[in-house]
Amino acid sequence: MSQALTNATAAPAASRRERSLDDQRRRAAFWFLAPMLLMLFCVAAWPLLRSIYFSFTDTTLTDLYGGKWVGFDNYLSYRQLSSGKVIWRGTLVDPTWWNAVWNTVRFALISVSLETVFGLIVALVLNAQFVGRGFVRAAILIPWAIPTIVSAKMWGWMLNDQFGIINDMLLKLGLISEKIAWTANLDTAMAAVILVDVWKTTPFMALLCLAGLQMIPRDIYEAAKVDGIHPVKVFFRVTLPLVRPALMVAVIFRILDALRMFDLVYVLTPNSSATKTMSILSRENLIEFNKFAYGSAQSTLLFAIIAIFVAAYIWLGKVDLSGEKNQ
Amino acid sequence: MTAMDVLKKTGFYALVGVILLVSIFPFYYAIITSLKTGTGLFEVNYLPKSFDLSNYITVLSQQTFPRNILNSVFIATTTVVLALFLAVTAAYALARVPFRGRGLLLMTILAVSMFPQIAVLAGLFELVRFIGIFNTPWAMILSYTIFTLPFTVWVLTTFMRDLPVEIEEAAIVDGATPWVIISKVFLPLLWPALVTTGLLAFIGAWNEFLFALTFTSSETTRTVPVAIALLSGASQYETPWGAIMAASVLVTVPLIVLVLIFQRKIVAGLTAGGVKG
Repeated sequence: MSQALTNATAAPAASRRERSLDDQRRRAAFWFLAPMLLMLFCVAAWPLLRSIYFSFTDTTLTDLYGGKWVGFDNYLSYRQLSSGKVIWRGTLVDPTWWNAVWNTVRFALISVSLETVFGLIVALVLNAQFVGRGFVRAAILIPWAIPTIVSAKMWGWMLNDQFGIINDMLLKLGLISEKIAWTANLDTAMAAVILVDVWKTTPFMALLCLAGLQMIPRDIYEAAKVDGIHPVKVFFRVTLPLVRPALMVAVIFRILDALRMFDLVYVLTPNSSATKTMSILSRENLIEFNKFAYGSAQSTLLFAIIAIFVAAYIWLGKVDLSGEKNQ
Repeated sequence: MTAMDVLKKTGFYALVGVILLVSIFPFYYAIITSLKTGTGLFEVNYLPKSFDLSNYITVLSQQTFPRNILNSVFIATTTVVLALFLAVTAAYALARVPFRGRGLLLMTILAVSMFPQIAVLAGLFELVRFIGIFNTPWAMILSYTIFTLPFTVWVLTTFMRDLPVEIEEAAIVDGATPWVIISKVFLPLLWPALVTTGLLAFIGAWNEFLFALTFTSSETTRTVPVAIALLSGASQYETPWGAIMAASVLVTVPLIVLVLIFQRKIVAGLTAGGVKG
């Protein structure tokens, strides 16, 4: 290092050489970035633009290139009958779409709130010193490591109405009087989906919270203890404000993930109107019902919702996702 | 110790017990279910009662399931290698070379990883059909880069940013080109980060469902998650729970072993982007 410095200052043409070095580095940086950017353009930007384009046409699955431009018809259009009655059509007046929006938002809000609370509790437990801490930390990684499809099947079996262990437990404990068809029943299907999602993703939340907790200096707690402040007060006045930045990032990631929920619902509660999310409905139209353009319109709307959400969040400056500020 | 302390301690360990039970029990139950056959499946047991490997034999002697496992291994491995190769060079440029619009570019890459995958499904479907890779592993390898690539670029960039500048400066003074700096100076230091991101990307590709479901149309080209989701019994109304659980255990045990071996690195990788802000 010191030799590098003397070399650089000793040479009379140092600044010129430095500039050409910088240029060289910048040129190299461009070529290093190009393959990645090209790849992302091919798999992300281009397909996204094509999907948006499809949503303004009447393309069908069987004839991908035969679609005509139809403007906003897939979103909203109206026709006046000879009797003077106006008929509205399109996704925006489709009750199944609004049902899916409501399901998705409800799912995202409830499951992410529960995950945050449970994640914090687990993180607080793991942050304490106790025998077998390493073992518990390893164990909570298991739900996270299990593929979503596998956990959906596993829980589907445990929640089975006739032979499921959950019904058996609840019956034995006297909490329910008869067996419940958790996944088939419209009133309980959403609860089942939320249960499995919370089980699967709380570890992720807990690990992120734990990393935040471990950055809090221990002497703060010792000072609070010396001053005789109640632990609950310490939690709300010290711990929570200090883990908040880490927690907010985790919450954002989880909300975005929950808003695009597909696989768990597809396997755990197939064809249940109580849990059908925007992604499920959109794919159903795209691939299964041969309403390719209509499904594209729905996927575009979901994209718009998420884009607005992310933009609002970044704009409000609540989170510094890039980690550049403390550089 | 006062009575209050004992109470507190008991409460704490009870909480630890609940966390352990909830984390482990479902997978434990899947294992004991997979070891039961016939009518034994339909009675609830909390402790293992039989040890019958016939479900495993059924699943593995099927024509398609071993093939599905091979598909998943091939797809996930190729995806990871491709993503790491593209990401290492890109991460060097993003972490080490100051240029205008770098922050914006990083944000865009992060935004891609938050994409709802359904938003690109129609366009990707067209692309996959157009190139002629529908119903082949390449359809998945191509489409999985949409989430593995931004993620690997992101994590490797944060790792590289933390490496000391002095190493690179010394190399520059010695006249090393950027390519030499990456391959000879950074790559040896990056091994731990590569293992972590590679493993996380592998898990992501192994578990993916939406693209795999949409871009395959025959049983032999399916990946493991699709195969398990669509595994059906002799008749439409009979779900082969024993076989499903056996297949699930088979594809999950390697993952759990990997995760437990690399748990510290995985936690570091998961929190790399997150907690810095």
